Amino acid sequence: MAHHVQSRSIWDPHILGAAAREALRKLHPRTMAHNPVMFVVEIGSLLTTLALVRDAAVGRPGLGFEIQITGWLWLTVLFANFAEAMAEGRGKAQADTLRKTRTETVAALLLPDGRTETVPAAQLRKDDLVLVKAGEFIPADGEIVEGVASVDESAITGESAPVIRESGGDRSAVTGGTRVLSDWIRVRVTSDPGHTFLDRMIALVEGAERQKTPNEIALNILLAGLTIVFLLAVVTLEPFAIYSGAPQPIFVMVALLVCLIPTTIGGLLSAIGIAGMDRLVQRNVLAMSGRAVEAAGDVQTLLLDKTGTITLGNRQASEFVPLSGVTERQLADAAQISSLADETPEGRSIVVLAKEKYGIRGRELADQHAVFVPFTAQTRMSGVDLAGREIRKGAPDAIRRYVESAGGTVPAELQTIVEGIARSGGTPLLVAEGGRALGVVHLKDIVKGGIRERFAQLRAMGIRTVMITGDNPLTAASIAREAGVDDFLAEATPEDKMRLIKREQSDGKLVAMTGDGTNDAPALAQADVGVAMNSGTQAAKEAGNMVDLDSTPTKLIDIVEIGKQLLMTRGALTTFSIANDVAKYFAIIPAMFAGAFPVLMALNVMGLKTPESAILSAVIFNALIIVALVPLALRGVEYRAMSAAGLLRRNLLIYGAGGIVAPFIGIKLIDVVITALHLA
Amino acid sequence: MTANGWLQIALYLALIAAITPLTGRFMTRVFNRERTWLDPVLRPVERLIYRSTGVDEAHEMRWTEYAMAMLLFSVVSMLLLYAIERLQYWLPWNPQHLPGVPPELAFNTAASFTTNTNWQAYAGETTMSYLTQMAGLAYHNFASAAVGIVLAIAFIRGIAQKEKDALGNFWVDLVRCLLWVLLPLCLVFSLVLVSQGVVQNLRPYDTATLVDPQTVTTTGQAGTTQTQVVRSQVIAQGPVASQEAIKELGTNGGGFFNANSAHPFENPTPLSNYLEMLAIFALASGLTWTLGDMTGSRGHGWAVWAAMAFLFLAGVTTAYWAEAQGNPLLTAAGADQHVTALCPGGNMEGKEVRFGIADSALFATVTTDASCGAVNSLHDSYTPIGGLVPLVNIMLGEVIFGGVGAGMYGMLVFIVLAVFIAGLMVGRTPEYLGKKIEAYDVKMAMLYVLIFPLVILTLAAVSVLFPFGTSSLGNAGPHGLSEILYAFSSGTGNNGSAFAGLNANTPWYDLSIGLATLVGRFLMIVPMLAIAGSLGRKKRVPPSSGTFPVTTPLFATLLVGVVVIVGALTFFPALSLGPVVEHLLMLKGQVF
Repeated sequence: MAHHVQSRSIWDPHILGAAAREALRKLHPRTMAHNPVMFVVEIGSLLTTLALVRDAAVGRPGLGFEIQITGWLWLTVLFANFAEAMAEGRGKAQADTLRKTRTETVAALLLPDGRTETVPAAQLRKDDLVLVKAGEFIPADGEIVEGVASVDESAITGESAPVIRESGGDRSAVTGGTRVLSDWIRVRVTSDPGHTFLDRMIALVEGAERQKTPNEIALNILLAGLTIVFLLAVVTLEPFAIYSGAPQPIFVMVALLVCLIPTTIGGLLSAIGIAGMDRLVQRNVLAMSGRAVEAAGDVQTLLLDKTGTITLGNRQASEFVPLSGVTERQLADAAQISSLADETPEGRSIVVLAKEKYGIRGRELADQHAVFVPFTAQTRMSGVDLAGREIRKGAPDAIRRYVESAGGTVPAELQTIVEGIARSGGTPLLVAEGGRALGVVHLKDIVKGGIRERFAQLRAMGIRTVMITGDNPLTAASIAREAGVDDFLAEATPEDKMRLIKREQSDGKLVAMTGDGTNDAPALAQADVGVAMNSGTQAAKEAGNMVDLDSTPTKLIDIVEIGKQLLMTRGALTTFSIANDVAKYFAIIPAMFAGAFPVLMALNVMGLKTPESAILSAVIFNALIIVALVPLALRGVEYRAMSAAGLLRRNLLIYGAGGIVAPFIGIKLIDVVITALHLA
Repeated sequence: MTANGWLQIALYLALIAAITPLTGRFMTRVFNRERTWLDPVLRPVERLIYRSTGVDEAHEMRWTEYAMAMLLFSVVSMLLLYAIERLQYWLPWNPQHLPGVPPELAFNTAASFTTNTNWQAYAGETTMSYLTQMAGLAYHNFASAAVGIVLAIAFIRGIAQKEKDALGNFWVDLVRCLLWVLLPLCLVFSLVLVSQGVVQNLRPYDTATLVDPQTVTTTGQAGTTQTQVVRSQVIAQGPVASQEAIKELGTNGGGFFNANSAHPFENPTPLSNYLEMLAIFALASGLTWTLGDMTGSRGHGWAVWAAMAFLFLAGVTTAYWAEAQGNPLLTAAGADQHVTALCPGGNMEGKEVRFGIADSALFATVTTDASCGAVNSLHDSYTPIGGLVPLVNIMLGEVIFGGVGAGMYGMLVFIVLAVFIAGLMVGRTPEYLGKKIEAYDVKMAMLYVLIFPLVILTLAAVSVLFPFGTSSLGNAGPHGLSEILYAFSSGTGNNGSAFAGLNANTPWYDLSIGLATLVGRFLMIVPMLAIAGSLGRKKRVPPSSGTFPVTTPLFATLLVGVVVIVGALTFFPALSLGPVVEHLLMLKGQVF
């Protein structure tokens, strides 16, 4: 897991200082125009400043109130800028940590004539070949074309144990910034400088290249619309006020406007987005775009690989079940021979069991001209060809086809054994020699602790989990039942996976999956959220829209939660912001018209001291609430796994009802303080 | 307040709930082109209409084509009415020889009736000939109501269908709405009204000799007083019943007579009064059932109904309470405003004795909830809080059942906004009945929400600043502001009821309110249909427990919250200088 990224204190003085400077720089109208709500506040502040200068020029006495209003209006803008700058600052700090992994490295570029040339890593282009030897840093993301090496990837993953990387197969991808510990490798660079995964992620967390996500755009439109409605309400209030014999000064009108428009959410919106990306990086996930993170919150179907996600590691051989006419020892012997070169955990567990139960030892097969047949996703079996012997082990249907194609028949008894094992939750592994089935190896799967509860939570959130496994349907059903997944796809080929994703999508569902192999790439690309394991192939990483640096498949569930939390934070603060307006009306409206209609003070339910203190308190509350909510915006609202109706009830209560009540208390308190200080 | 009064209000809501499935199911069948028992009679008529007009029954329209057809129909209808008004002197059925309607007023009336507003800056019996009333105004009562209903149906289709780029055929929907829904209902309802004493004739006006001649003293402009003894009274006649039925069922509200439903020939008995109120909500309420029916979620239809019913109850309770309290100033002056066997009690100014407080407050709430605009009492004479209720009802956007169709699609826009915020709060891209609500939909919804206050507040602001606006006021101070706000809200909200006290037949008000009705109807329909088109093209995401359910009390509460908050936040500043301050001043003994 991640060790290098600690959760940063929100009030890190370093970030605070930089953010304060950045907040001032962001006052530039061109920057402000990106945020329509705060842009209106800035224009309002400018108007009151001009009015202040005019009043001062004509020597109007007692400008204390006007000065304070103007000051707090500017502070409102600055606080919003500050929130955004802080989120960006935290992102930058995060990015720096990532960047440290790519200190000024040099690369040994392989020239076409075979010589090597030392060049800075930054000059490497896609498809360049580089040589990396023990002790050197890998200069860029790439794929090993030759060699095997142990690589220290702790800089990226935080995992201190070195991993083996080798050419060909599913472990050929290497990441720039990681270090080769032993041996040497030739690496083909797979991305141009500035376009590596890390580069993109750094740009995203820094907020520089952040594009607004679809929901953020929609929310921005809503906020802009509300701003226009309030602008209208305030601008037309002046004629009504004149008609009523109570014309209002510009300070009061701007104060009313700024208090009504949704500055709280407007000021925190981009901070929320940046912080969401930041949280993802903290969990060691790199996302290609904010859009992918938002899509994660919408996911309705999760495709989870059984192995590693649902079950603990790998299956273990627990029993040899021979067919009649075959002794257990014969079966164990055949199974052991076929597994000697099988480096999979299942293969190794067969060798172990054969040794424990029957004392069959490892033997040297080189002199028997043994040819090992590796497992492939298409044949779904492996084995060995010896002089005169052909032993295969594999999934029941694959072995059955193999036996039948060799002219043999499968006895009915076998089916009974296979089903018996499958029903008990085990995996039957058939062993056959030539055209004759010998028996079955019982492989047992162990379901991870706590995973059942996790799936129940997902179900409550309306997310369907589908287990993907190469097992036969019976085995799959048994494990599916034990783990509590909603559905399973047994004997899954990459094509089956692809079909499943497409079917779910045609029903209008969003699908998320994890994958690491090259044959996962099409499905990763098709899925709405495709999380590639960092340990996987380059093709898989490029096809997905996220990379999990820790390569833990359960991470997908975390990603979904982060996506949901991002949207919830926006929704909650929008509701809070709008609900706040009620109290502000009760503070400002009576204050505005108390002169013309003293009876309106009946609406002054908070009992605010004077009209000036009432207006000032509302403006101060409006500014301070932005700062007060910065931690919430950066942390995200608390996420709980419950149904949508439950979540809504909870959030409406906290942020809706709370949003109505909170400002009544806050404005009253500020009023007490400023009248005590004789500020108004 | 009396037990009898509350009972009538409770019974009213219960009856509306009972009517809802009946009208709702029938409309579903009509617009889904399923068989109904009227088919043997009406199908041949329908086919004949299509054959003679060249309408292709099978053709389906994109939202833009649907909107264009609707606009074309409305423009032509409006010009037709304008022509009839201007030329009525030379046209038949004008026994009183009424002159042509002046241009501004003719425009105002044409705009107002085309938009289902029925704002009347004229007195019917002294301005409009029988032909104008029947061929001009009553025609529009049918046509504009049908347009509203079919637009709501188009919106509902957009929600119900998946990945389809068409919303139905405007002409077919219009014809079916008129033939199956409006004409048969109005035929029956007119006869019921006639049984209660509503007149239906083409006779010249009667002149009756007064039993008790009246001496009337008027003060001329030069200050000279004139005394006159009045011995006879002209009693206006006309084809009233046929227009009265559609006036309520189509939520039009334009009275045959100036006194509208307070006139004994329009609304003679407490029974006719009760039936008229039921007719106002009958179709609008039924559409909530149609919504549930067509989208396959009856629960959702009822949830929307419940939100509307809650807002209705809040309004009627407040209005009834305020009016039953009477005027504290009169109480202080020693007037008895208590309920007795012989006295209705409360604030009876501007109310008919045959209806009393409860049925007047109920009528005022119903007619402003539903953008109908028929009145059986004068809202201007209500207490400030009692008068605030109709005004707020209109300002909330005419979505509390609302005008036939218009209330439904208005509410659907609010639902889109409510669902958007709710969706974010549960951490999902917001979706409504499986349709994702995205930037485009929010943009159109905000446009819809924006147009309404833009028109009301801007025109009212101009009116209070300039003499051409303020010179029409019958009252000064906050009450005058209420009158102006009410006029533009009523026009823009396509309600048509008048607060009275404002002389609206001036060039400024004729033109500005006429314009307000047009903008409040057609400019809001376009973004609404755009949402319908956009939703119709989308996939339907199957619901899961991660989807926020739109069938629950929580949803209804949220919807009420959004409607109230949007309306309140927009209009509270203006209202605080109108009815709110007026109420507070009244408590202090100051009236306007």
